[in-house]
Amino acid sequence: MSLAAVEEEPRHPEGAEPDYIRGKSGVMSWVLTLDHKRIALLYLGTVTLTFFLGGVFALALRTELLVPENGVMDAMTYNRMFTLHGVTMVFFFMIPAIPGVFGNFFLPIMIGAHDVAFPRLNLASYYLYLAAVCLGLWGMIHGGTDTGWTFYTPYSTTTTTTVLPILAAAFVNGFSSILTGVNFIVTIHTLRADGMHWMRLPLFIWALYGTSVIQVLATPVIGITLALCAVEHFLGTGIFDPARGGDPILFQHLFWFYSHPAVYIMVLPAFGVASELVGAFTRKPLVGYRMIALSTFGIAFVGFLAWGHHLFTSGQSAVDAGVFGFLSMLIGVFTAIKMFNWVGSMYKASIVMAAPFIYTLGFFFLTVFGGMTGVALATISLDVHWQDTYFVVAHFHFIMAGAVVMMFLGALHYWFPKMFGKLYTEGPAMVGAVLVILGFIGTFTPQFFLGNEGMPRRYYSYPAHFQWLHVTSTIFAYILFLGLLLVLINLIVALANGKQAPNNPWGAPQYEWDIPSPPTEHNFPATPVINRDPYEYRGQEIIENAN
Amino acid sequence: MQTDATIDHGHAEKPPHLRFQFSDSARQFHAAKFGMWLFLGQEVMFFSALLCAYAYYRNQFPVAWSMASHRINTTFGLLETIDLLFSSFTVALAIHFVRLGRRGITTLLLFVTLCCGLIFLCMHSYEYYTEWHEGLLPGRFFHPEAEWHLPMESAMFFSCYFFTTVLHSIHVIIGVGVLGVIMIFNIRGKYSPAYYTHVEVGGLYWHLVDLIWIFLFPLYYLVA
Repeated sequence: MSLAAVEEEPRHPEGAEPDYIRGKSGVMSWVLTLDHKRIALLYLGTVTLTFFLGGVFALALRTELLVPENGVMDAMTYNRMFTLHGVTMVFFFMIPAIPGVFGNFFLPIMIGAHDVAFPRLNLASYYLYLAAVCLGLWGMIHGGTDTGWTFYTPYSTTTTTTVLPILAAAFVNGFSSILTGVNFIVTIHTLRADGMHWMRLPLFIWALYGTSVIQVLATPVIGITLALCAVEHFLGTGIFDPARGGDPILFQHLFWFYSHPAVYIMVLPAFGVASELVGAFTRKPLVGYRMIALSTFGIAFVGFLAWGHHLFTSGQSAVDAGVFGFLSMLIGVFTAIKMFNWVGSMYKASIVMAAPFIYTLGFFFLTVFGGMTGVALATISLDVHWQDTYFVVAHFHFIMAGAVVMMFLGALHYWFPKMFGKLYTEGPAMVGAVLVILGFIGTFTPQFFLGNEGMPRRYYSYPAHFQWLHVTSTIFAYILFLGLLLVLINLIVALANGKQAPNNPWGAPQYEWDIPSPPTEHNFPATPVINRDPYEYRGQEIIENAN
Repeated sequence: MQTDATIDHGHAEKPPHLRFQFSDSARQFHAAKFGMWLFLGQEVMFFSALLCAYAYYRNQFPVAWSMASHRINTTFGLLETIDLLFSSFTVALAIHFVRLGRRGITTLLLFVTLCCGLIFLCMHSYEYYTEWHEGLLPGRFFHPEAEWHLPMESAMFFSCYFFTTVLHSIHVIIGVGVLGVIMIFNIRGKYSPAYYTHVEVGGLYWHLVDLIWIFLFPLYYLVA
């Protein structure tokens, strides 16, 4: 990026445009902001809250499962807890987390733009998301629901718990997701700076592009499905009610037509972050840029055609199941292409070990084992054994939750100096990262064994011989929680007392490190001209971090 | 509008409608149109889930479906179709004339489009009113005249019919609102041959609303 003039100047020369945080003050300058960076921080605040809430629900579940039955809560509370854990984590944390925070903040900067194409729509997306969270919280306070986050009919249309506000929350959240997707696609198409041709697009942007396509084309289907479900609950229209000729399996098809691609809405941005982190910490050009970029679209496209693997045991024909199984395995191939290129990039590299890269290693472990168990689950005969057991729970927590949490935290540490202009302390951050990774792996590894031995998911009680595996899982869940607490405290301390960050504390080659930390309100003094590839390593030295 | 008219990014002669993040008007116009096309893509997916339910249940209950379809008012459906097709034509003309800078006739054409939308809503409300009285309602509210010999599965037809057409009518209401605002902006002189993005984008949305009806009309009114 030809920003020589900016690089040579001191960070905040007299009379220069102030940074985006100090540029304006007052509550209204935040709640009505149109600046993509401030909107990103609004998202960050809200997703941190929902992540905490979802985590508390999870810990409540794990605490209950310490004993075979009748622990700290009754069965009905337990059912509500796992529903609220799923709803909060999927709809309110994982779907908006990486695109909402880091996508909003870095998409315009990485393509050399001053903002997204539609800043007001961007703010509207945030408020739709916030409205969804509030609706969800309102529903939870009024008793919550016990349907599971999948809202399967006919149970969800007949349950007496407070299912309507939760359905409405997921519906509203969908619109937030769609509008963000539209905004990002248009921004990538129309606001790339001169010289930023498609094969110079950072891989995080490619990932966001793939994600946005899925958001725009899949989310409306869940919207209408949840609306049908709500109307049926409210008016008894019978669309999914077998007593009136309706078919609950139709709900499953429509639900998974969105919710399987939604896995890629969550995980593709995480893959994008991983590419950025590998590009920054291996200190040599990334291997296989083109393959990583294109495999994103392989995943996004085939992801639309794999939903049937959730219905192997719902009376699907053997031919259908075979086709869906094959297509599901194909996604493993595209993911493997990425994985091999990342590992290839690390080969003979002088890797810098810092907290963001530790999260990347955790991400690799979880993605490889989560991904391979996914291929195993796509094998029909094996799935019949594992369907609805803890094996599936462990699998999707590894690949989906694990990948997203690792890369959310990795991205948070990596871009923290750019976003806030402060350096965090590396020591506690690394300890936090190790605790989070160990905690995560330790929580879900016993669940693979539990599932394989036949422990069904969502059960309140279990045979006594499963207890030691459940106890192990719970102990590690608490270690995970402690790790997350340490991360939170460390970053809050850095916000309050951190040293001023230089423009490029990691010596990373990517474009966003060329501008001041934190960026100015309009990112660049003038629209930049891009004259190099994003991962062209230029021999930058790491400027000594805080410790 | 953005509040950053004072920031100059090196473009001495910036037109007032050009937002700071765009380098020129043509690109800004393209972005708005592209954004609307993407939004229309999501609208298509929105309705396609309902068409999927339609296809499945029609295949399950072909006889009940055909008999139920006999009971809804084809004449009204046809008139509504003509009404919406005509409104698509007038909104297209409005875009044509705003490009030429003919403000008066643009306002008139937008007004006619808006009226067509309102006529559609009135006609459809009347249809709902008669169906309500005849007991042709979804799910558990289905209680038709015994002499029609409608099988119980016909209730599913009315579930799909009501859900889909009500959703479409909500789109018509939104479209009327959007076109109304654009008409007021046009009266106030916001648009010129150099800047008429709202008219173009609003028109695109209106075409989609009509297009969906073009699918719904044969699927619900003519299958009998």
